[in-house]
Amino acid sequence: MDVDGEELTAQETALYDRQIRVWGADAQRRLSKAHVLVYGMKGTVAEFCKNIVLAGVGSLTLVDDRVATEEAFSSNFLIPSDENVYGGKTVGQLCCDALKDFNPMVRVSVEKGDISSFDVEFFNKFDVVVVSCCSLSAKKLVNEKCRKLSKRVAFYTVDCRDSCGEIFADLQDYKYSKKKLDETIECHLQYPTFVEAISIPWKALHRRMSKLYFAMRVIEKYEESEGRSAGEVSIVDLPGILKLKKELCTAQSINESHVPDTLLERLVTNTSEFPPVCAIIGGILGQEVIKAISGKGDPLKNFFFFDAFDGKGIIEDISDSNAGR
Amino acid sequence: MASSPFHSTADIKGATVLMVGAGGIGCELLKTLALSGFSDIHIIDMDTIEVSNLNRQFLFRQSHVGQSKAKVARDAVLKFRPNITITAYHANVKDPDFNVDFFKQFNVVLNGLDNLDARRHVNRLCLAADIPLVESGTTGSLYMSREKRSAMSVSLNQPRRPIPFALSQALHQRQLMLITLNLGSRYEAAGPWFVHCIVWAKDLLFAKLLGDKNQDNDLNVRSSDAASSSKNVEDVFERRRGEEIEQYGRKIFDHVFGYNIELALSNEETWKNRNRPKPIYSKDVLPKELALQNGNMDNNHASDDGLSVSAMASLGMKNPQDIWSVKENSTIFLEALKLFFTKREKEIGNLSFDKDDQLAVEFVTAAANIRAASFGIPLHNLFEAKGIAGNIVHAVATTNAAIAGLIVIEAIKVLRNDTKSYRMTYCLEHPSRNMLLMPVEPFEPNKSCYTPLSLEINTNRSKLKDLVEKIVKAKLGMNLPLIMNASSLLYEAGDVEDDMIAIYEANLEKVLAELPSPVTGGTMLTVEDYQQELKCNINIKHREEFDEEKEPDGMVLLGWTQPVPAAENKNQSVGNGASTSDATMAAAESEKDDDTGIVSPLKKRKLPDDSDISKSAVETKNHKQLQVIDDEDDLVVLEGNLDGFKKRRL
Repeated sequence: MDVDGEELTAQETALYDRQIRVWGADAQRRLSKAHVLVYGMKGTVAEFCKNIVLAGVGSLTLVDDRVATEEAFSSNFLIPSDENVYGGKTVGQLCCDALKDFNPMVRVSVEKGDISSFDVEFFNKFDVVVVSCCSLSAKKLVNEKCRKLSKRVAFYTVDCRDSCGEIFADLQDYKYSKKKLDETIECHLQYPTFVEAISIPWKALHRRMSKLYFAMRVIEKYEESEGRSAGEVSIVDLPGILKLKKELCTAQSINESHVPDTLLERLVTNTSEFPPVCAIIGGILGQEVIKAISGKGDPLKNFFFFDAFDGKGIIEDISDSNAGR
Repeated sequence: MASSPFHSTADIKGATVLMVGAGGIGCELLKTLALSGFSDIHIIDMDTIEVSNLNRQFLFRQSHVGQSKAKVARDAVLKFRPNITITAYHANVKDPDFNVDFFKQFNVVLNGLDNLDARRHVNRLCLAADIPLVESGTTGSLYMSREKRSAMSVSLNQPRRPIPFALSQALHQRQLMLITLNLGSRYEAAGPWFVHCIVWAKDLLFAKLLGDKNQDNDLNVRSSDAASSSKNVEDVFERRRGEEIEQYGRKIFDHVFGYNIELALSNEETWKNRNRPKPIYSKDVLPKELALQNGNMDNNHASDDGLSVSAMASLGMKNPQDIWSVKENSTIFLEALKLFFTKREKEIGNLSFDKDDQLAVEFVTAAANIRAASFGIPLHNLFEAKGIAGNIVHAVATTNAAIAGLIVIEAIKVLRNDTKSYRMTYCLEHPSRNMLLMPVEPFEPNKSCYTPLSLEINTNRSKLKDLVEKIVKAKLGMNLPLIMNASSLLYEAGDVEDDMIAIYEANLEKVLAELPSPVTGGTMLTVEDYQQELKCNINIKHREEFDEEKEPDGMVLLGWTQPVPAAENKNQSVGNGASTSDATMAAAESEKDDDTGIVSPLKKRKLPDDSDISKSAVETKNHKQLQVIDDEDDLVVLEGNLDGFKKRRL
């Protein structure tokens, strides 16, 4: 991104005063030139959108064609609860209306369509793409399209199930500098794609890998094989999911204790998001996207897991270079 | 059975919760509580909305500026959750209305506060009311949430010491981090030294020239000391009748940046082992013919609104991120002074520094920079200077959102009485191992709070007033104290009958040994705050002499382990003129490792790099090593630079 020459306006300096004190005027300028695309406006993404709109990104484009229902606003504070207001509108449109209000300096708009049907050129307009509540194949597809572009488009997936959340990041070939005492160090990180990451044999991952990683993969695979949309599972699917888990553990030759049944049960029992976890995951993802845009701070590589049960928020590096560690 | 323990249930719906603070954390917290199914929420905040809040306090809009935070936040949340009850109080949590009985109506209290003083107060009321409190705070991009059950770990017949929990220390520690980060991440190397310059410019020079003329002021004292015989020098700061504003400005300039420095230099002893400052005179940096001919006051359009007058604008300077040269600083200094005397003459004598007063910030930035140049300290831009002078805590939305989530999770555990699961959670900017959010078990009660208090004081010289201000309020953190010597009442604050007020007023002005019931060595004073339901005894020890620099209060409280973070309180911290004069500024250099009670926390600190700061978040004095809770066999033990931390304790 070219950030030369342009000063922040007095209005921007006044509004962003407190955060410029955190990340500097240069980072703020970069933010104001960044374009972000999000798909799947559930609670976590709503939190994320609020955070980056407040932070002052250049533009935010929302895609979610679902017609708003009572279920849609259970953990999404962007949707007014009055049926007379939300009735007949899409979730994307309602969220857009609310977000515009948060920061008049950010261009918020809606794009219609299915994320899988957008062509490569469409993604060229963005610097950051965040998808949520997507099938495994849609995640793969969007990630690949971002990779095909000559410029670097940062790709993230984010999902919350019950009181657990997962973030995945693909920043491709990411270079940044950081200050250590008096000297500035150049850092270089190589990210795998989503497919590359999840293709790493489970056996090769370190022994204490977050159990949530395996559990999310099992459910993702189950939804894929049963032809369900993301999140479209319930307690009646548990036997099938446990069966799939057994098969996967055998095929990957890891002990079944790495994917506890109780964890899987929790993840399918309550498919609605838990709002505090949305706030936490949306906050961390917001921070990560700001880092990636501004080039300030060590970015997350490449998975993050949070479980309200034990309260731990863990970063896992699941890439080739780290396999077998 | 693994049914979700968190989702909206009767525990949550039936709970009545109190939130203190509707700011950065408060907005996020109120939203998340409402989404999580809480349906009876009370919220207290005394503040009104400012423009600089809008970048993170997302319930507020430009059109709300000036309105009550608590009320606007309530209305905004009711829009997406109309069927819950939110009770908003636009008031100070320290108001007597919010007493123990008020607190007793809640199932849990959640703090989203930005200052230690109010935190301490709420903590005490929760202890007194026996209501659990979840505490939290953020420091820029670091955040944490903690839950503390205010269980009575103290037996009933024992007077309760202030905050019988390690919480107090951890709290203080975070506050320290906050200050450290505040200065640290952006005002590195020159940090503490430039801060001195800001303090000097703001609390001495600005106050002297534009504030209350009658207050004691170092600048004044020094100059008259020097010219012991003549009285003329004393009037330097007074603008003579008919004196050109330009000439007046240069006179002030030469006096404070030239003459005063020469004066300080004349004391050879002071500079033996230190770098000597260089006097700066206006003729050296600015041409004789006034540079101000460029100044065009017409650039200041809004002549009715004092806060929009700007020296930068009239000199055509725009970017607050630019560092000005000494010459530019000098020009701004003179121009700002001129604008004060021409555009805002009526306010002179009543001005106090306000970070939102552009001209005041310009003046203080310029004066601090000229002084910095004189002492060989790197100069800073207006944006940074404003941050230091206004004690601005930087903050972003993402951290507040995440911490609000953590608070709600703890609050739900409290309602379930799931005491075993209580956690304090730290977010580490530079995670050790791979833990970004790190839960740890809550700290044990702070045993050191139980040691008896004693106060060394000169009972023949110190007044009751000094003891009330410097110890009872500033150190013990009491709000409405009552002081007794055996059975005789010496002082009581708050709702007092008229005839008693006169007696207390008179007592305040008396030295301790001359009070109706004399306080001398060996006296045991009882100090109590009914509102906080806090009582303690202080054993008085008479001491003749105190070191002015190391013990500026003229008294020393022993056995009190909770230090006071002065920096968060603008007026107390930096308003201590004695510690910011020329000589002490130099002297401060030699006291870096001194752990005694110098008021300003800003002067001694070698800033660690960020990772050290993050790590220090998980250490307290009582916990040399912290075990991270882990569901597997191995435990992670964080090691940190404990010594480094101790030094930063105040």
